[in-house]
Amino acid sequence: MCLAIPAQVTRLGDDGMATVSLGGVVKDISVELLDKVEVGDFVLVHVGYALHLISEEEAQRTLAMMAEGGLLDEELAEIAQEGEAA
Amino acid sequence: MKYVEEFRDPKLAENLAAVIRAEADSAREYNFMEFCGGHTHAIFRYGVQDLMPDNVHFVHGPGCPVCILPVRRLDDAIELADRHGVILCSYGDMLRVPGTKRRSLMVAKSEGADVRMVYSTLDALKIARENPDKQVVFLGIGFETTTPPSALAIKQASEEELENFTLFCNHVLTPAAIRHILDAPEIDPEEAVRLDGFLGPSHVSTVIGSQPYEFLADKYQKPVVIAGFEPLDVMQSVLMLIRQVNEGRVEVQNQYARVVTREGNERAQDLVDEIFEIRPAFEWRGLGSVPESALSIREKYAAFDAEKRFEISEKVSREVKSCECPAILRGVKKPKDCKLFGNVCTPETPMGSCMVSSEGSCAAYWTYRRAETLAEMAAERDLEPAQ
Repeated sequence: MCLAIPAQVTRLGDDGMATVSLGGVVKDISVELLDKVEVGDFVLVHVGYALHLISEEEAQRTLAMMAEGGLLDEELAEIAQEGEAA
Repeated sequence: MKYVEEFRDPKLAENLAAVIRAEADSAREYNFMEFCGGHTHAIFRYGVQDLMPDNVHFVHGPGCPVCILPVRRLDDAIELADRHGVILCSYGDMLRVPGTKRRSLMVAKSEGADVRMVYSTLDALKIARENPDKQVVFLGIGFETTTPPSALAIKQASEEELENFTLFCNHVLTPAAIRHILDAPEIDPEEAVRLDGFLGPSHVSTVIGSQPYEFLADKYQKPVVIAGFEPLDVMQSVLMLIRQVNEGRVEVQNQYARVVTREGNERAQDLVDEIFEIRPAFEWRGLGSVPESALSIREKYAAFDAEKRFEISEKVSREVKSCECPAILRGVKKPKDCKLFGNVCTPETPMGSCMVSSEGSCAAYWTYRRAETLAEMAAERDLEPAQ
């Protein structure tokens, strides 16, 4: 649960929520912890909240490295479990 | 060098390894603590230790949030689910950690308690809205990365006047724990772990910034390099630490500058400060009672504090006998020093927290170093005189 995944914001809601796309998974997250977010921005997502804005280059670099190490699958599985648990 | 082909840029990894070998002074030992469990995991997964010269050592620190929660607080969470009949929501990693008499949240669930795994506090709030006749408690654990989401959940529950949501707050603070480790030799000389520097956590630092580590350089004269999670990040950070040690410099450096700033996420910090205050002391598994190392919910938000809403009984909590998680979390023992490792304690049947979370030292050794560790344990047993 330590890791944060880079994701791209595809839609902004008016309630502090945003839709992001990460590793092919579409998910609603909170962007309340950030000052300013725009559609197209890359954010670091941790337990359903965007913690930080990052550059696209950094996002792609991190995703590629996580995918290579098998870490991305673990994190995405954790996110995917949410629907079943709730 | 067996894992080097797994790097995205093996050439760069090899170059870095060569520079580290060239610059590490063979006349001295370098002991660097990686505080964060994410680093422990990266070091093992990518075989970073194999690329280091023999005199560069990683000391695994207490930075796994699941590992450091003391059994007592876990027992309290189980009691909330058992006795108070709440819907207890928890991050998944916590569910299999054994409490007293090896009873975990998962066991409680199998016996009828309403324990639910959630990915986010957002899910816990949703469960509370959908179950207005039930009390919903979120088991809040973790360092500075998971704390702002918990703070926001309380703020939202307060704004919505959600009367059936509370947080069981176990959020802890990284700098206070590092300070405690460095004070340990003064408290107990046997606990002295020689440390020449720290790999600072990356995602914790996106929230708090690099500034909170400056006391380590100023007061304790220990170099710190905030390090990213990728193997090349870890290697580059080690090189930066070696250079500081060799040159007699003591600074906070930020290898992860592409993400971490000195100030961190001030909006998140302000929110945490609004909802939480510092506890005078908090018990950590392994470290014991650590002053000013954790947060509790401010009086203004007491209505959302599970510790205030529910009576939690005094009880005797015990860790599994012979489990060495506490000493492993302090960096004074390694998984091979635990008699339970690999025979009765495995990720399928964990006896202690370090084997449960993938960021725990024992789980990392089990996944990536099982054969070597078991062989070392067997060799050490054979060396002992016959009883």
